[in-house]
Amino acid sequence: MRSVSVQKNIDWLTVLLYYLLVIAGWFTIYSASLPAEPTSMFDLNQIYGRQLIFIILTIPFIILILAIDAKFYEKYALIFYIIGLLSILGLFFFGKSVKGQTNWYAIGGFGLQPSEFVKTSTALLLAKYLSDNQGHLNTFKEQLTALIIIGIPTLFILKHDTGSAMLFVSLVFVLYREGLPSWYLWTGFITIILFFAALIVPPSAIIGTIVILTILHFYLNKNINRNPFIYIFIAIISSAFVYSVDYVYDNVLEAHQKDRINVLLGENVNLQAEGYNLNQSKIAIGSGNWTGTGFLKGTQTKGGFVPEQHTDYIFTTVGEEWGFAGATVVIVLFLCLFYRLIYLAENQKKRFNRVYGYCVVCFLFIHFAFNISMLIGLFPTIGVPLPFFSYGGSSLIAFTILLFIFLKLDANKINEW
Amino acid sequence: MRKYLLPLIITVVSIVILSRLFYLQVIDDTYIKKSENNALKIVYEYPERGYIFDRNGKLMVANQPSYDVMVIPREVKDIDTLALCKLLDVTKDEFDTKLNKATKYSPRLPSIFLPQLSKAEYAAFQEKIRHFTGFYIQKRSLRDYQVDHGANIFGYIRQVNEYNIKNNPYYRPGDLIGIQGVEEQYEEVLRGAKGVKYIQRDRFNREIGSFKNGIYDTIALKGDDITLTIDSELQAYGELLMQNKRGGIVAIEPKTGEILALINAPTYDPSLLVGRERSKNYTKLYNDSLAKPLYNRVLSGEYPPGSPFKILTGLIGLQEGVINEHTTFSCSRGFYYGKGAWMGCHDSGNWDLHIATAKSCNTYFAQTYRRIIEKYKEPADGIDAWNKHLQSFGLGQFLGYDLPEGRKGHIPNSEYYNRWYPNGSWKSTTTISNSIGQGEVIMTPMQLANVIAAVANKGYYYTPHIIKSIEHHKIDKKFVTKNQTSIDEKYFSPVIEGMNEVFKTGTGRSVQVEQLDMCGKTGTVENFTRINGKRYQLTDHSVFVAFAPKDDPKIAIAVFIENGYWGARWAAPITSLMIQKYLLNEIVRKDLEKRMLDGSLQSEYDKVLKLYNNVDKNNK
Repeated sequence: MRSVSVQKNIDWLTVLLYYLLVIAGWFTIYSASLPAEPTSMFDLNQIYGRQLIFIILTIPFIILILAIDAKFYEKYALIFYIIGLLSILGLFFFGKSVKGQTNWYAIGGFGLQPSEFVKTSTALLLAKYLSDNQGHLNTFKEQLTALIIIGIPTLFILKHDTGSAMLFVSLVFVLYREGLPSWYLWTGFITIILFFAALIVPPSAIIGTIVILTILHFYLNKNINRNPFIYIFIAIISSAFVYSVDYVYDNVLEAHQKDRINVLLGENVNLQAEGYNLNQSKIAIGSGNWTGTGFLKGTQTKGGFVPEQHTDYIFTTVGEEWGFAGATVVIVLFLCLFYRLIYLAENQKKRFNRVYGYCVVCFLFIHFAFNISMLIGLFPTIGVPLPFFSYGGSSLIAFTILLFIFLKLDANKINEW
Repeated sequence: MRKYLLPLIITVVSIVILSRLFYLQVIDDTYIKKSENNALKIVYEYPERGYIFDRNGKLMVANQPSYDVMVIPREVKDIDTLALCKLLDVTKDEFDTKLNKATKYSPRLPSIFLPQLSKAEYAAFQEKIRHFTGFYIQKRSLRDYQVDHGANIFGYIRQVNEYNIKNNPYYRPGDLIGIQGVEEQYEEVLRGAKGVKYIQRDRFNREIGSFKNGIYDTIALKGDDITLTIDSELQAYGELLMQNKRGGIVAIEPKTGEILALINAPTYDPSLLVGRERSKNYTKLYNDSLAKPLYNRVLSGEYPPGSPFKILTGLIGLQEGVINEHTTFSCSRGFYYGKGAWMGCHDSGNWDLHIATAKSCNTYFAQTYRRIIEKYKEPADGIDAWNKHLQSFGLGQFLGYDLPEGRKGHIPNSEYYNRWYPNGSWKSTTTISNSIGQGEVIMTPMQLANVIAAVANKGYYYTPHIIKSIEHHKIDKKFVTKNQTSIDEKYFSPVIEGMNEVFKTGTGRSVQVEQLDMCGKTGTVENFTRINGKRYQLTDHSVFVAFAPKDDPKIAIAVFIENGYWGARWAAPITSLMIQKYLLNEIVRKDLEKRMLDGSLQSEYDKVLKLYNNVDKNNK
């Protein structure tokens, strides 16, 4: 009975988009990892063979998720959350180091990356808290609780993997949707702008701009209640921040993080060392032109010039072999998925479902944006995979779980009167 | 409102990403180039250069394989440098210099590390090459000269320089190019087209197959063979006769304008400029600033023609109607052409054109020249009419032959004299030396030979050329187009009779050959040099022009010997011998041959050198 209702009510459009991306991803991985002498598609010694196994492995997960009662996720959200945190803590004792980052468990021949799954558990607990609380995030207590829910896993992950930790920042959009005062968003936004501006432009110029802007704002908005002290306060804080950027840059950031920012800004970059990845990535994508070199014909892909091409840099193969046209198609597929999920989330009757749906969109979108932006020199290099595309069992299964829990919740909304 | 923020941000970010992708992929095309640099190895295949044959089909220039050691600097890793140095016989310093130079050109493109290994060196190196990653051997074809003469005709082959590369996109560093002679003139025909192969590589520089299934690859096209108008045997004989002398010989077939021989002396063995000794030998030849073996005297040397020019003075006189074949002038070892102005002559008598030509009488032709100029009211018009006739023989301009060197020579006109005598004070007598080929008239030996060809043809000539045929191509149309001179055919007979008389009773009688009916004219060219602005007279040049046989000319020839005293002493015997060789295929006058082969003018050339040294010393 229940499975029939899931079949009837599940959003097949989302499922279609999901499979389009997964299959396109597999073909791209196939091209990026094809050895000189092609072997069987299921060859487990080959990257594409293993990815195919992962894709097949998602099916029991999907069936299980859809089979379980929708209430289960809300009920045990806290348990999931704690298990997630413990799995990250366990890395300190049992983790396996890969390239200086200890964020894997080695299980048999495969690696398991717990931080991928913590996103789901965090989303579940955040949704449960906001749903139980029914507040509007306008009290300090609510804001603090939400911050703690998001902050603990962020701090845990930060220790191993700065890039993945930054992804949790995207949940601010969820909070904003649920009522968080907008000045939080503005402060965050301005902080990021100021940080990069301070690295590029001399501080005096920025402070000059801040002073002029505050004065303009003060005089142009005569019809609102203005407190001069607040203006002075904002100006002083911003200026102090600008001056502290240099300090943060020099003393807090680690060498490789500084390199990544320098590479983005194009300063003193050695293309054979820290600048190699971005340069090769831009070359591969840039050589695609309108329609690309064609499937399996990319010289950069075949030559293996782009490092980690089947994982974080998988989109370079799309760019090279399918050109601007192919890249646009993939991006549009992602956009359709995002818009569809937002649409579904907005149509939920339960706040739990809506918050969770929003979390799913935010996580997927931030991966998508960071991943592609770093390949084309719009954002510093951080190692995040492209959802459904990049090679990797953990990320594929984790994203599948993240998405299909929402699809289950969505399919169940008909019963939630 | 709050629900619109996320979709808005998603949309904006996607638009930014798409714009950036559009810029990288579609607008900025530097990445396409960079991707090729990353992934492509370009391998050139050099075709064989076309062969060069002489007019009788004898192979003169062929090819031999040569092996260059190439290096791709960034691939040179962990090699035993000392072993390599020992194997290739270079010092460690040379090794470093060469490698640095190659790296500077490009770390990832191949450069020539050591050109032109010998066969033995190649065999030894080939065995061990796998120990030296980054080095490989490129096979090329080099010239293999079948003859030891004709160096100035062939030119030579060398590696392209930066100028060549900049001006012609075909060439890239290390390519070979023909310089001078037919190698330069017919470079595009001879070189063929090199083939190119694009090979795809991975980031470890391992080759992983051809690029795009080879759609951009091209096959090397062999150069086309060319056949020259040169007679190899005649050329060889001429060079032999010219040994120990400086000067040149040009022989032309009047009926076609084909150059039968083009001899410069001194010359060199063309094989000297092939192989690893090339640059050493070249420097030696280049630095010989007195004998100038690389200098093409017959094409680029401009000299006053001397007495052979009298032929033209006589012809113009007849054409202008100021004399006829019976006109006589009296000469008593010269004549006064103005107050106190005396032009000497070596004989005296009362002669017509026929005898005056045979005896090379200065007086006769000076008087004729005067009449030509004075026929017109203004000397300017006279000079210009005279100039026009000479231009019709190809003088004072580039002849248009198919060799990349040459000079125009000079035939003065009224403008020229007006510049020298701005008050208009010049007249026929001022320029009287022109009549006997001294004065302001200068021409190249090639131009002189062409004049004789036109005389032999009684009024026309074909542009001299050295190409007889090209495989798969036609030769230039201008080489089969008649150039008519401004002298009517009928005026040539008296002059030709005079030239015939030269051999019978005139200045060339000492070199006559019974079996041959030759026509010619001696010349003795006054020779001055300027050292630090001071004029010194040197030993005269010896000149002789001729064609034969008289009734059906098959060869027209001009011989020019620097510092050879007078025409009959060196140039005339050589002319006679060349004609014997070409027309009789045997040497009748063995006495002349022996004198020419044994004779040397080296003492004369030493005198010139001494003069220079003395002047230098006195100045110090």
